Amino acid sequence: MRKTANQKAWFFVLPVVSLVAFNAIVPLMTVVNYSVQETFGDNVFFWAGVQWFEQVLRSDRFHAALLRQLMFTGTILAIEIPLGLVIALAMPRKGPWVSVCLVLMALPLLIPWNVVGAMWNILALPDIGLLGYGVNALGFEYNYTRQPGSAWATVIVMDVWHWTSLVVLLCYAGLMSIPDAYYQAAKVDGARPWAVFRYIQLPKLKRVLTIAILLRFMDSFMVYTEAVVLTGGGPGNSTTFLSIDLVKIALGQFDLGPAAAMSIVYFLIVLTMSWIFYTLMMRNEEI
Amino acid sequence: MTLELRKVTRRVGANVHIHETSLTLEEGSFNILLGATLSGKTTLIQLMAGLERPTTGEIWFRGKNVTGVPVQRRNVSVVYQQFINYPHLSVYENIASPLRVAGMGASEIESRVGKVAELLRLQPMLKRRPGELSGGQQQRTAIARSLVKDCDAIFLDEPLANLDYKLREEMRDELPKLFAGRRCVVVYATTEPSEALLFGGCTATLHQGGVTQFGPTSDIYRRPSDLNSARVFSDPPINVAEIVKQGDRILLGADIVWPTPGRVRNIPDGNYTVGLRPHHITVAPTRPGLAEIEGVVLVAELSGSESVVHFNVNGLTWVSQSQGIHALEVGSRVRFHADLDRIFFFDVDSRRIA
Amino acid sequence: MAKITLQDLRHSYRGNPRNDDDWALKRLTLEWRDGGAYALLGPSGCGKTTLLNIISGLIRPSEGRILFDGIDVTDATPELRNIAQVFQFPVVYDTLTVYDNLAFPLRNRGVGEAEVDRIVRQIAAMLDLESTLTQRASGLSADGKQKISLGRGLVRSDVNVIMFDEPLTVIDPHLKWQLRSKLKELHHRIGRTMIYVTHDQTEALTFADEVTVMKDGMIVQTGTPVDLFERPRHVFVGHFIGSPGMNVLRCEVKGGKALVAGQPVESVNAGRYRGAGAGLQLGVRPEFVKFASDGIAVDVVKVADAGRHRIVETRLGDEVVNMLQPEDEAVPQGRAHLRFDPAHTQIYEDGWIVD
Repeated sequence: MRKTANQKAWFFVLPVVSLVAFNAIVPLMTVVNYSVQETFGDNVFFWAGVQWFEQVLRSDRFHAALLRQLMFTGTILAIEIPLGLVIALAMPRKGPWVSVCLVLMALPLLIPWNVVGAMWNILALPDIGLLGYGVNALGFEYNYTRQPGSAWATVIVMDVWHWTSLVVLLCYAGLMSIPDAYYQAAKVDGARPWAVFRYIQLPKLKRVLTIAILLRFMDSFMVYTEAVVLTGGGPGNSTTFLSIDLVKIALGQFDLGPAAAMSIVYFLIVLTMSWIFYTLMMRNEEI
Repeated sequence: MTLELRKVTRRVGANVHIHETSLTLEEGSFNILLGATLSGKTTLIQLMAGLERPTTGEIWFRGKNVTGVPVQRRNVSVVYQQFINYPHLSVYENIASPLRVAGMGASEIESRVGKVAELLRLQPMLKRRPGELSGGQQQRTAIARSLVKDCDAIFLDEPLANLDYKLREEMRDELPKLFAGRRCVVVYATTEPSEALLFGGCTATLHQGGVTQFGPTSDIYRRPSDLNSARVFSDPPINVAEIVKQGDRILLGADIVWPTPGRVRNIPDGNYTVGLRPHHITVAPTRPGLAEIEGVVLVAELSGSESVVHFNVNGLTWVSQSQGIHALEVGSRVRFHADLDRIFFFDVDSRRIA
Repeated sequence: MAKITLQDLRHSYRGNPRNDDDWALKRLTLEWRDGGAYALLGPSGCGKTTLLNIISGLIRPSEGRILFDGIDVTDATPELRNIAQVFQFPVVYDTLTVYDNLAFPLRNRGVGEAEVDRIVRQIAAMLDLESTLTQRASGLSADGKQKISLGRGLVRSDVNVIMFDEPLTVIDPHLKWQLRSKLKELHHRIGRTMIYVTHDQTEALTFADEVTVMKDGMIVQTGTPVDLFERPRHVFVGHFIGSPGMNVLRCEVKGGKALVAGQPVESVNAGRYRGAGAGLQLGVRPEFVKFASDGIAVDVVKVADAGRHRIVETRLGDEVVNMLQPEDEAVPQGRAHLRFDPAHTQIYEDGWIVD
């Protein structure tokens, strides 16, 4: 559609534009500013060029954090997307249980992130937490404050618990929009459940799944609060993801230049990966 | 005092949705846009209503250039194929909504809604919600909403397409009565030739984004200016064949020879395209002196009062439509009777010459 | 292929139906022979979709039985009934090619690839889909998609019946003719039982050998298109079939003669009437009304051009009499006289034909 000659509409966009400017553009430019300069405080700046970027990109610490981040995101996507899809498929389509299921599914999404972290922190304590105690009682050695393996498992289980619902709700909405006639036709054609899934449900869910993967990718790549509250990035650096590392550098060590450069690299990674995902998923899309 | 399209085109990217079109629609007239799906009816309506802006050209209304004036600032209403009403409002409030927006007084609203509701036989359901109504009643509510304010123009985009056959028949009878005596321009889009014929008024035939002809409906039906107009305005589809005229004979392929009808005696010999509507080819002769054509029956559709027979002549499928029941065996050779006085002749450029 | 018998079917969507209105289907019995072309015709809400869903097994009737070739399938699932269905809106497997769509029902049943290929090509040829076989089904136009839906029913030899649920709703008039004659032709070639559900009389009458007209959950009449047209058993059939529908006028019968507005009219069945004369109506189709030099005096009020004929609306007192006049014949103005064809003029009592 072509825009009309009436330019008044811009007036209504103005508040949002100014909000976004203060919210995103100004801070971002500040970060860009920091990333190319050296400062020792007192508003004294020296031009540093791409020095910080080189330092960040060459540092083993950044590589390790990025690797942990990729592993974390990959793992939770590999679990949450199929699991969410399966749960959505298993949910009732009509009857009184629909609303019960929907409310149950929505619950984890309503809990603030730091509360989620705190909940799991207590739940998983090996001595008094129900989960931690239970797992140890079953004969597994489990202590997330000491063993990296335990910490990883806990962070992942927590994320799955917190966010699979989102995938479920998206998929469920997508499934509900498939007309009954498709299922009837499939029955008549003698399609088995797998074929119904493969040739009707999956194609019709493609757009919804794309959105779900994108959202979960972006969110999990920037995971911070829950993980910090639960493990504080430890034990050691074992669950120090990119965002946690960034905060440690910026606020812990007050290395503003490298932190700013890292922020920008981080931002570009998320942007590029999202774009690649989107293009790949929509490649064969027909209208 | 008219709605006028002056050399209007509409392109979206590389796609031409509307080729250069000029049309003049008189106030108080009933105008039909007739064409297949995607022939440009909806786009044309959106351009006229101000929902879309023409890529080039101008739209004039009552002597004023209204190109680019958005729909909110024109006094028009649009009725769509889908029954569009406010689901949470009663039928009464639905009909009253344009008047409330216009800030009309309560007593005036009541009298107007009452009048329109009576016209559309909606009084018994004024208190109900649209969801509790049948499809026909829902669409009548939508039409009532478009009639209740004094619009300059009303656009109806296939409003009867989603209704039952019989209901459609009733509404076809009612609609022209509703618009009779109004000063507004009525534009009605349809895919069905029979609908256009019954409404009368003026018809514009559309083909692939272009208006092929515009004029009084029965004129267009009986005197199409070209092959596309004739095609668009025939249901069942018009039979089309290539012929050679040689003096007093016309040849269809090698073996069918018809006498040249008197009115084309004087055109030069050569190749032409002819078009003959199915009801002018009948199983039993409707009068003496008809030309004959033999074909192999492909399908015979018998509707209770008439027979539509599809038959094959020299590899072309022809359709004949006759009164009465003619149960013809599929595969049998049958002689049909063609009324050559009704045949259209088109030249090589598909313009009708007779 | 199978003979389909519906025995004393009744259905209600309510738990315990109390009055007549609670029944969506009010006890109906019907038999469809093997290999026939049938239609269920009626306005929306007449119960035809309920009946369709009962036959395909999506709804279990509250009462009564359905038999396929004498075998009770009332409790059989849709999968077990082997019914193919073409829906109002085209249903295709978007990600598959036209070929794979047609092959889908066969592959699901483990048919060998060589056999699949043979059948798919044969059916594609019948449906004129050969040139599109390698295309994705999602890219086809509405009529192409409907052909695929139909094709998926045709590829299987074990299909008992193919059902059509208003399949031409989304098709343009020009293509409607093509697709409809294609259906008719296919039925003729493969002789499989087909049931066509619609509100469109033209589609029902041209497609089916036998049409069942439904209203308010009941069968009003079952018969050939000619039966329904020439001898409607109920004024509803007279009105619903035909365009415009049958003229229905108040009348009296005295001594075996019908009188309309005090004037005698010959009819098929007035002689058989033995009652007292209340609630009588005379029905005559517009096709069987002619202008005459004398007869019933009417006023011509409106002439509508329908192309191949004109629809002339005349008034007889407060009642309307429609008639059809051929394209080239003149229509008198003002006062005129009508004659009803005696062989096609019937008397109805309380809506039903007098027998």
